[in-house]
Amino acid sequence: MSDVILKTEGLTKHYGGVHALEEADFEVRKGEHVAIMGDNGAGKSTFVRQITGVEQPTRGKIWFDGRDVNFEGPLKAREAGIETVFQNLALADDLDVASNLFLGREKIRFFLGPFSILDFRGMREATKRALERTAVKIPNLSNTIRNMSGGQRQCVAIARTAAFASKMVVMDEPTAALGVQETAQVENIIRTLKEHGEPLILISHNMRQVFDLVDRIVVFRRGRIVANLDKNKTDGQDVVAYITGAKTGAEFEKAA
Amino acid sequence: MTSTSHGVGGLTFDAKKREWPAEIGVFVALVLIVTVFEILNRMNGTSFLFNMRESVDAIINQQRIDIILLQVAITGIIAIGVTQVIITGGIDLSSGSVVGATAMIVMSFAQTALVNGNPNPKAVFGPWAMDLPVIAPILVGIGCGILAGGINGALIAYTRIPPFIATLGMMVSARGVARWWSNGQPVSFPTESYANLANGDLVGAMTFGLFHWQGQNPAMVFFLLAILFYLVMRYTLYGKRCYAIGSNEDAARMSGINVARHKLLVYVVAGVLAAVAAIMLTSKNVTAQAGMGVMYELDAIAMAVIGGVSLSGGRGSIGGTVLGALIFSVIISGFTSIRLDAYYQEMVKGAIIVGAVVLDQWRQRSRASRG
Repeated sequence: MSDVILKTEGLTKHYGGVHALEEADFEVRKGEHVAIMGDNGAGKSTFVRQITGVEQPTRGKIWFDGRDVNFEGPLKAREAGIETVFQNLALADDLDVASNLFLGREKIRFFLGPFSILDFRGMREATKRALERTAVKIPNLSNTIRNMSGGQRQCVAIARTAAFASKMVVMDEPTAALGVQETAQVENIIRTLKEHGEPLILISHNMRQVFDLVDRIVVFRRGRIVANLDKNKTDGQDVVAYITGAKTGAEFEKAA
Repeated sequence: MTSTSHGVGGLTFDAKKREWPAEIGVFVALVLIVTVFEILNRMNGTSFLFNMRESVDAIINQQRIDIILLQVAITGIIAIGVTQVIITGGIDLSSGSVVGATAMIVMSFAQTALVNGNPNPKAVFGPWAMDLPVIAPILVGIGCGILAGGINGALIAYTRIPPFIATLGMMVSARGVARWWSNGQPVSFPTESYANLANGDLVGAMTFGLFHWQGQNPAMVFFLLAILFYLVMRYTLYGKRCYAIGSNEDAARMSGINVARHKLLVYVVAGVLAAVAAIMLTSKNVTAQAGMGVMYELDAIAMAVIGGVSLSGGRGSIGGTVLGALIFSVIISGFTSIRLDAYYQEMVKGAIIVGAVVLDQWRQRSRASRG
C-alpha cells in the first residue's frame, strides 16, 4: 500500500440517468506510468474529471498519497499534488511562458493583497528550471503563447506540471492535435518524467504511443474498467479486443 | 529567414513572428496627426504647435497644449478605468452617467453657505452640509464610485449577465439619479477649497513652488493616475489577472483564480476613477449639472480602442490609452485650429472610432493567419 500514490474504490459518476462511470477500482504506484484507453464515451475523461477535482463523484472513494481525499475543485487537487494537462490546454494566449506557468499561483515579492507586486525574476528562474527538468526548449520565454506552435503550447502546458512539486501528472490526450514532430517532442518529455520517477496517467487513443511510453494499460468500456494489462504481457490486438468488447479481463467478468 | 531549430522535433522559432507593441504604432499615428495639422495650419499662415505671435516670447504655443491636455484629462481619467475593464474582456457603458450622478451628489456636499453675503441659492441640504472640509465631498464621491462600480461588478460577476447589459442598466439608472437628485436643477457655489482641487496649482504644491501650472490639475491628476495604473497593470497580481481573465477566462478559472471577485474589483476601480473624473469636472466648472458626462463613456472607450486596447480582451495597456486619449484631443484641437465646424468634428470622431476597431480586427486576423 505504501508505494501506491493514487487509488480509487467503487468510483461512480452519474449525470442524471447517464451512468458515465461505474464502480471504478484503479491504482497507480509511485513512478508508474499508466495508460487509460477506451472508445469515445467509455468513461475515460469522466474518470479523470473525478480524480482531478473538476467534478465530484456520485459515490466511491479516492486515496491520494496515503490520504483519503475529496477534492472540492481543481485547485485543491493541484495543491495536493495532482497536476493535469487538460485537453483544451488551459493557457492564456496573451501571456508569456512564465506567466502561464504561474497562472493562479504567482510568486509575490511584496504582499499588498490583490495589488501585490509580482516577483518576475523568481518566476522566470523557476520557469527555466521547470523547462530544463522536462527538457522543453522554448527559445524566448517572454514570447506570448499566441505566437507559439501547437507543440510548443503543449510543452508549456506540460512544463507547468513540472514547475511545482507535483506528485502525479494526468494528461488527457496530450498529442491529439499535434503533428508528427511535435508528438515526438511531447513523448520525449513524458520519457523524461519517467526518468524522474514521476507517476503519470495518460489518456490516449494512440496504440503505438501507449506501448512506447507506459507500464500498464487500463481499458474502459461503457463506463467500466474491463481490463488491467501489463504492457509486456499483452499486444495491440489484445488491447483492441478489450476496447471493442470482444474480450473482458477475467477479474472483471461481472462488470461486463 | 532567421529561424532557429531546437528541441528533438526540430520545432522552429521565427524571430520575425515577434511583433511590435501596438503602442509604438499609436505613437507614430499621434506624431503623424500632429504633423498633418501643423502642415494644414502652415498653409493658412498659422501654426498648430508653435507660437506665431510676436507679442509672446515662447517657442511653443502653450495655450494650445493646455487646451489639448485639459480636454483630454477628464475623459482620460475615465478611460484609465475603462481600459482595465476592457482588458478583462468586459465593457463599461455606465461611466458617463456615473460621472453625472457623482457630480450632483458630490457638489451638494461641497457647497458654501454664503454667496456674496447672501444664502446659497442652490443649496441642496440644510446648513449642516455647508462649508464642509474638502475631504468630505471627496470621500462621498469615492463612495459613489465604489457603489456604482460595485453594483456593476456584482451583477456581472455573480449573475453572469453580459457586461454590456449590466452597465447599460447602470448607465440609464445613474442618469436618472443625476436628474432626480435636485429635480434637474444645477448644484453650484462650492467652497473655495473645493474649486481649488481643479483650478489650483498642484504642480506648484508638489515641487514646492519650483514649477507652476495653474488650473491644470485635472491633467496632472490624469497623468499621475495613468502612471500609477500603468505600474499596477504591469507589475502587480491585479494586472496579471486582468490580462489572464481577458485572454482566457476558463483557463484563469481552472488555474484557481477567483474570476468573479477579480471582476468585481475591476469594476469598482473603474467606478472610483469615474468618480475622480466627476470631482475634477465639477471643481473645474464650479457647478454640477444633471447632464454632465453624457457620451463620456463612449469617448473613453474610443480612447482605449484608438490606443490599441483590444475589445476582445487580453491586450492593450494604459500607455496605449494615454496615447489614444492624446490623439483624440489633438484631433479635436486640430479641427478647431483649422476652423472646421463642430458638426464635422463629431462625424470624423465617429469615423476614427470605427477605423480603430477595424484596425484591431485586422491586426487580430493577420495574427491568426500566421498561427
